[in-house]
Amino acid sequence: MIRAALLALLLLPQAAFAAGEEIVSGLSQNQVQITANFDGSEILIYGAVKRDAPAPTDAPMAVIITVEGPAVPMVIRRKERVAGIWVNASAITVDAAPSFYAVATSAAFERALTKTEDLRYKITLDHVIRAVGAASESADAADFTTALRRIRLADKSYRLLPGHVQLVEETLFRTDIDLPSNLTEGNYKVRMFITRGGKVIDHTERVIGVRKTGLERQLNVMAHEQSLLYGLISLALAAIAGWAASAGFRLLRR
Amino acid sequence: MFQLYLPIAEVSVNAFLLLGIGGIVGFLSGMFGVGGGFLITPFLLFIGIPPGVAVATGANQVVASSISGVLAQLKRKAVDFRMGGVLLVGGLIGSWIGVRVFSWMTALGQVDLFVQLSYVLFLGLIGGMMFVESARAILRSRRHGGAPPVRRAHVHTWVHGLPLKIKFRASGLYISVLPPLGVGALVGFMAGIMGVGGGFILVPAMIYVLGMPTKVVIGTSLFQIIFVTGFTTVVHAVNSHTVDMMLALLLIIGGVIGAQLGTLAGTRLKAEQLRILLAAMVLAVAIKIAFDLLLQPAELFSLTPVVLP
Repeated sequence: MIRAALLALLLLPQAAFAAGEEIVSGLSQNQVQITANFDGSEILIYGAVKRDAPAPTDAPMAVIITVEGPAVPMVIRRKERVAGIWVNASAITVDAAPSFYAVATSAAFERALTKTEDLRYKITLDHVIRAVGAASESADAADFTTALRRIRLADKSYRLLPGHVQLVEETLFRTDIDLPSNLTEGNYKVRMFITRGGKVIDHTERVIGVRKTGLERQLNVMAHEQSLLYGLISLALAAIAGWAASAGFRLLRR
Repeated sequence: MFQLYLPIAEVSVNAFLLLGIGGIVGFLSGMFGVGGGFLITPFLLFIGIPPGVAVATGANQVVASSISGVLAQLKRKAVDFRMGGVLLVGGLIGSWIGVRVFSWMTALGQVDLFVQLSYVLFLGLIGGMMFVESARAILRSRRHGGAPPVRRAHVHTWVHGLPLKIKFRASGLYISVLPPLGVGALVGFMAGIMGVGGGFILVPAMIYVLGMPTKVVIGTSLFQIIFVTGFTTVVHAVNSHTVDMMLALLLIIGGVIGAQLGTLAGTRLKAEQLRILLAAMVLAVAIKIAFDLLLQPAELFSLTPVVLP
């Protein structure tokens, strides 16, 4: 009991200075509107570190910024060779994998964040992809989640951006994140962390709403809510276009 | 520039690329009387459209190019409506059974493989047979100094011995209604399983099993395909919401123009030349799919989002 109290006392000054540094953040936009000519978007995330006392010098500071798209469950299949042909032989289900994830830091990942803090705040990709129960589906579940990472990193829907955050005088920071053109609708969570010696001192969260607007929105809503009518309109469109082309060509040949 | 965000597919693609794909498939469709479903789906997958959207929207495009093609054929009275109707009745029965088998295979978890194997088997078999036959026909006509061989008007096979005979005037046939019903059912069955209009099976079957003249086959096949793919489009729109109208519109514009040009090009060619080209195309697709099955893919893993019902 006494030992615990002593330990708490020892930790106290550290906790005090931790509370002394806070993030003040900003986003260039908190809405992304998807219109017919949408071709990706760039968001600027910036902020400053507010402190009451001069910056401590005991450990270097780092800033980590993550942008996370809405999560969807996902089936990952693996092809294997059976009787000479390649077939989907095994699969696992990932409970939640974000449709988009970018993590930018002001320093190398190992220096910006300790393993325990990563586990606690779920910052790097290893902890972002959740595959609860996957181990029971396949003995080598890790291979599947690694493949998910690899495919998503290759098509740029997952991004690791070490050193992409500019940090000036341990006070001002900024980064830009490119949102790809194949965005999924939903709320994108922006998290900002400041760390010292790999330990998270403060963190804050903002949301960017990604929404379809205009014709994109109307079509999407109609396809889901009045699907029969939508299907029939699609057919009518096809019929009219088919007839128009035929009639047009007849006129041309005369 | 000219990038377009597709509302259902949720990807951004170049508008001209879509017009081009629609145009190529429409051209082939008008020329050969095949719907082109077996071509457009791989094209769309290649440019990053999700599979469900590719299949459903592809069907919608095929409706448009088929209508455009049928109207072009109609002018030269190359559509046998009675035959088309009989094939359609068979087709609807067959596709109903096909969809049943499809969901049964889905439950077993090997539907992809089953579809691919059916493609290789049917495309390879039909393509191979057509190729050999039309190559022979071309060689024969060369040997005879360009004069077309006299086609025997009445080859009496088992087909002619069946009851319930009907006159199909446009095709110049007086045969039992059972073979066209059977052919329609088989095609509908394959269409239900493979998710295509089935033109590439229907066209050769009409030529070789039913003995219809090649020129009538194209229009009649397209006529039947309109209904099969129209039905498919609505079923997909209602059940899986995967028809992308924006994507369909661009493919359709390209497709209907392509179909008109294809029909024109088709009339310049001799029947056996048309057949050998179609055979080559069908074989090429079969070989491509066979290679996909036999060669080790670059990426063994694939991702499929779980669609919540």
